[in-house]
Amino acid sequence: MDFDLTEEQRLLADAARRFVRHDSPVARARRMREDARGWEPDVWRKMGELGWLGLSLPERAGGAGGSMVDVMVLLEALGAGLVPEPYIASAVLAAQAIRHAGDADQQSRWLAPMIEGRTSLALAWMEPARRYALRPEGTVARREGNGYRLDGRKIWVDNGHAADALVVSALAPDGPTLFVVPRSAQGLAVTRRRTIEEQPSAEVRLDAVRVGAEDRLGPEGSALPALERALDCAAAAAVAEGLGVAGAAFALTLAHLQTREQFGVKIGTFQVLQHRAVDMFVELEMLRSMAILAAVECENEHDDTRRGAVSAAKAQLSAGGRLVVQQAIQLHGGIGITDEHDVGLFFKRMTALAVLYGDETHHLERLAAQPSFLEGVDRPAPG
Amino acid sequence: MDLRFRPEHLAFRERVREFVATEMPPDLRAVAEVDGHFEHEQVMRWHRILYRKGWVAPHWPVEWGGAGLDPTERFILNEELELAGAPHLSPFGLYMVGPLLLQFGTDAQKRRFLPKILSGEEVWCQGYSEPGAGSDLASLRTTAVDDGTGHLIVNGQKTWTTYAQHADWMFCLVRTDPTASKPQAGISFLLVDMRSPGVTVRPMLTIGHTPAFCDTFLENVRVPKENVVGPLHGGWTLAKALLGHERTLIAAVGLSRRALLRVKRIAARTLDNGRPLLDDPRWRERIARLEVRLRALQVQNWRALWAQQQGRAPGPESSVLKIRGSELSQQILELAMDVMGPNARNWFEPPTDWLHPLEQWVGPSHCYARATTIYGGTNEIQRNVIAKLVLGLPVR
Repeated sequence: MDFDLTEEQRLLADAARRFVRHDSPVARARRMREDARGWEPDVWRKMGELGWLGLSLPERAGGAGGSMVDVMVLLEALGAGLVPEPYIASAVLAAQAIRHAGDADQQSRWLAPMIEGRTSLALAWMEPARRYALRPEGTVARREGNGYRLDGRKIWVDNGHAADALVVSALAPDGPTLFVVPRSAQGLAVTRRRTIEEQPSAEVRLDAVRVGAEDRLGPEGSALPALERALDCAAAAAVAEGLGVAGAAFALTLAHLQTREQFGVKIGTFQVLQHRAVDMFVELEMLRSMAILAAVECENEHDDTRRGAVSAAKAQLSAGGRLVVQQAIQLHGGIGITDEHDVGLFFKRMTALAVLYGDETHHLERLAAQPSFLEGVDRPAPG
Repeated sequence: MDLRFRPEHLAFRERVREFVATEMPPDLRAVAEVDGHFEHEQVMRWHRILYRKGWVAPHWPVEWGGAGLDPTERFILNEELELAGAPHLSPFGLYMVGPLLLQFGTDAQKRRFLPKILSGEEVWCQGYSEPGAGSDLASLRTTAVDDGTGHLIVNGQKTWTTYAQHADWMFCLVRTDPTASKPQAGISFLLVDMRSPGVTVRPMLTIGHTPAFCDTFLENVRVPKENVVGPLHGGWTLAKALLGHERTLIAAVGLSRRALLRVKRIAARTLDNGRPLLDDPRWRERIARLEVRLRALQVQNWRALWAQQQGRAPGPESSVLKIRGSELSQQILELAMDVMGPNARNWFEPPTDWLHPLEQWVGPSHCYARATTIYGGTNEIQRNVIAKLVLGLPVR
């Protein structure tokens, strides 16, 4: 057992906090709400130079070959600054899908430039009225010549509006398959959509988009395991980011309790508010424990262990993380409802994280479906 | 980061399991299987079994009979005993007055009391709360007056003195200096022989129908002055020190793991329209919700354990364990009641063809579990302490 960060991880955390302080305070996230892209290529490039975009990606693809614990350390810090660059969408979700489905050449081709910060990626996997189903049904891949023709529609493609290439799940003759589609492909229509947290997402239409066989990741029918593994990493990353988001909202709240005066005293002297603050603190501590659990287990090859840990952690984020930011607004009072106060930005980001990569209900159901959930339960013989 | 136990710790866990499997007497095992109430005699028999094994006071120094286990081994030992449903040993000697004597007692006091706590020859109870002094403990009014002949004369009433009817000794807080500037300043930590003239114990039933609580009346009880532990009037320091001991055990994760498994087992046997509740997504979701809380608490406990294993002072991670652990234990029993539905009203009645043995004691356990958020400092007091000491919120 070991709950200490390594020396490298401590340095990474320090560097990320410094980055937020000097290069990307919350004011920048606020400013980026007005930006069409929503993030800055120069900052993305700098994150690449710092080695952040390939932290847990394989060395042969240009990554650092580290673990999702490294990503957790980074994302907690970035979450506290609401850094708007599409870290999870590109460097975790899309990148892990390519890593798990693609061969060595494909990994180098698509991951290496992203890791350097020269390009960004997106994963198009969700479809209308399918909630969190992994299996693509409304997007079809037909064999055509040496390649494929893709038709269909994808929603909530985070960073889809800005990505240089999209990883798209589609139903091929032999089953669900992932394809890499360059942003410039004919027939690809990307519509930017605003989100509650003002980090742009996109709706993607594929109308007779042609891709070559070399753009197919792995054999036909291999998409679902890769998608699941990528989403597990993304969910674990979301818990880590959420820890940073909720932690920052809590810090603002504590400061407010210690300075705001009513009835002639600091409102932090009121027991009802003290206890509310402690309840938030308890949830934060639980969230930290779950962020660790998810980061350690999200790459576990044992399906039951990985799914159980990630789903438990993500459910905790959706319940506990939301409690923290909702109470952060409540304890700020009227000022917490104004757009000009930062606490609302943290609230919105957490609200988004709660439903990204599976909401609470989805993950509770998944947790309860694992064999380990019934370990030790003796079922009586029927009748 | 690594969440795995080291091989030697896994091996130790196996040793504990084997010990429980071979050494737990059948009558205790039968009570454990239904999560029933252990009689005092059964608890003390289990105490002596652990004593002979050398595991009864694992956290004590070896020279006083401790087991020489590291914090992780102690944690594992406790967890395995909880998972097995073994009797919960009386904590007042082993976990409360024992460690305080080790920290603050004189050599004579240690030699007099520690061996008999260890062997179980002497049973202890705790005299802290009074009818007028609960959470506001420092307002206690039991007095101890120096009679000039080397004795203190004690008068007052202690309450919630758990299992005082079985106790040979009581450690208590008494007011020795009524003129002190602060209420906390005039209090001493005193050991009282329960067989002294003037001590009367009146047991009362809890809502869980166990005779756990007592009122203990002290009328002109003569106590030798050498039974004061620590400095005269300095008892408050000891009372506070008690809160710092063995914090990773307070979350009772093993008990909650066992209890949640029992909820699943009951749900597997409870039919609604011919279908087990365990196969109904609504019930699965409710169970899963508590499973999430249990896992979070478990990792939280491991983090506190890691800090302890590294020899660090308990940090913020350990301050939340009591609150979350006690709340979870109640939530699990409440879910058990909900799963049982109409059977939840059962009050000790034996199993029958429509009531499984697993269900027999759930009602009383559910009732008694309401105590977990009250004893050891109510959860509201815990929140006061965290607000002040961990969050640094202002005091009026």
